[in-house]
Amino acid sequence: MVQVNNIYKSFDENEVLKGIDAEFHRGKTNLIIGQSGSGKTVFLKCLLGLHTPDSGTISFDGQIYSDLSIKQQRKLRMEIGMVFQGSALFDSMTIEENVMFPLRMFTEQSEEEMLERVNVVLDRVKLENVNNKFPSELSGGMQKRVAIARAISMQPKYLFCDEPNSGLDPKTAIVIDNLVKEITEEYNITTIINTHDMNSVMEIGDNIIFIKEGVKKWEGSKDEMFVTENPAILDFVYSSELFKKVRETYNTKS
Amino acid sequence: MKKILKNIGGYTLFMVQVFKKPEKFRVYWRLFFREIDDLGMSSLGIVAFISFFVGAVVSLQMAYNMDSNPFIPLSYIALATRESLILEFSPTMISIVLAGKVGSYIASSIGTMKVTEQIDALEVMGVNSISYLVAPKIAAAFIFFPLLIIISIFLGITGGWIASVASDVCTSNDYAVGLQSYFKPFYVVYALIKTVVFAFVITTIPSYYGYKVKGGALEVGRASTKAVVWTSISIILLNYILTQLLLV
Repeated sequence: MVQVNNIYKSFDENEVLKGIDAEFHRGKTNLIIGQSGSGKTVFLKCLLGLHTPDSGTISFDGQIYSDLSIKQQRKLRMEIGMVFQGSALFDSMTIEENVMFPLRMFTEQSEEEMLERVNVVLDRVKLENVNNKFPSELSGGMQKRVAIARAISMQPKYLFCDEPNSGLDPKTAIVIDNLVKEITEEYNITTIINTHDMNSVMEIGDNIIFIKEGVKKWEGSKDEMFVTENPAILDFVYSSELFKKVRETYNTKS
Repeated sequence: MKKILKNIGGYTLFMVQVFKKPEKFRVYWRLFFREIDDLGMSSLGIVAFISFFVGAVVSLQMAYNMDSNPFIPLSYIALATRESLILEFSPTMISIVLAGKVGSYIASSIGTMKVTEQIDALEVMGVNSISYLVAPKIAAAFIFFPLLIIISIFLGITGGWIASVASDVCTSNDYAVGLQSYFKPFYVVYALIKTVVFAFVITTIPSYYGYKVKGGALEVGRASTKAVVWTSISIILLNYILTQLLLV
């Protein structure tokens, strides 16, 4: 479980996060949603240790990140897998080298063992015959799958995804969403996804946190989202006619 | 002034990270060989081309200057060409060429990695991204740039010889005599010391500018330009300081 306790973060005079509390549970897909500029990317980067909060604590299964030594923080980071918005694959490396990178860097496995693991995770994300290709030779959806494969290659306890569907067509986006959800349940990991894609929210949101102007305005499951009367959620999620109709249909049925 | 001091401070902190213990030496070793290829081998052609023709031009200019004075032996054309190449042209001017070629490559490649979140990916994995990206470049430049400079000196002298003989300003014998006259081996040591210092500057300043890129393609381009300008300025200043320390 990842626990966030009252974190604040400012850049110069600009206060981006204003006292956020949250809990992200193991085996669940936890979604952080909010408008662009709401602070969700800064929040995610604080969770990842890429930004240091001004105050407040973040703990990973009881270990408070800021209390750990640099060495312990690096060790903890090995338990974190991350899928970046633009995939962030190393463009000078082949797909095989990309997925193998964390294994090569942090394990003492032989080449054969590493290659076996690479093939297992590439197979898990349903990619074949791509080992010797470079990232630029793959489509956006395939690059996302490679990023997921790289993120799970070290069998992480925590998986973070920043806008995993960004730039993908709706069909591929659903495939990626389902893949993340399946992996979360299969490996029993704590998955935290930063998104503003409402389709993802409706598909895979076990636990959803809504952030507005650096403040957590709402928290609940996707089912609770359909019935909530929270004005911030009504304004953000149900601003489109499509989602208004989805909500109406859901409420009529139930 | 405040900006310059801020950059010097930032660069110093950056260098502290570069020299931290590598996570895994074997991975750095593989990178080292790739950097030898990217930074060194790929520069061989341009270094060879420039050195050969500048050597030729230097020897012809020497011949032109000595032409009016019958008391200066023709062998001095080779001597002057040799000294110009060893003392200044090869270590300093070729380093400035490398600052342009290699420096812009380093700044833009690291800058692109920054804006495409590849550096964040390294950090999230627990890799010291600064050391991982910069240390192998420094090591490769330390090993390969002196070699490039020696090749440059050799080709410059060869260019001077071919141009002198082809233009009939002196004979091969005059040139050979001049090359062996008053040779001070320390001049080669001086050239190599300068090269190693410049190699450090050529790899670290562009890495620093690349690493602190924020934004997109435009900022990567700006960082690349700044990196080349500041690397060239540093080379010129260090050239003066090292000459003062080593030769005077």
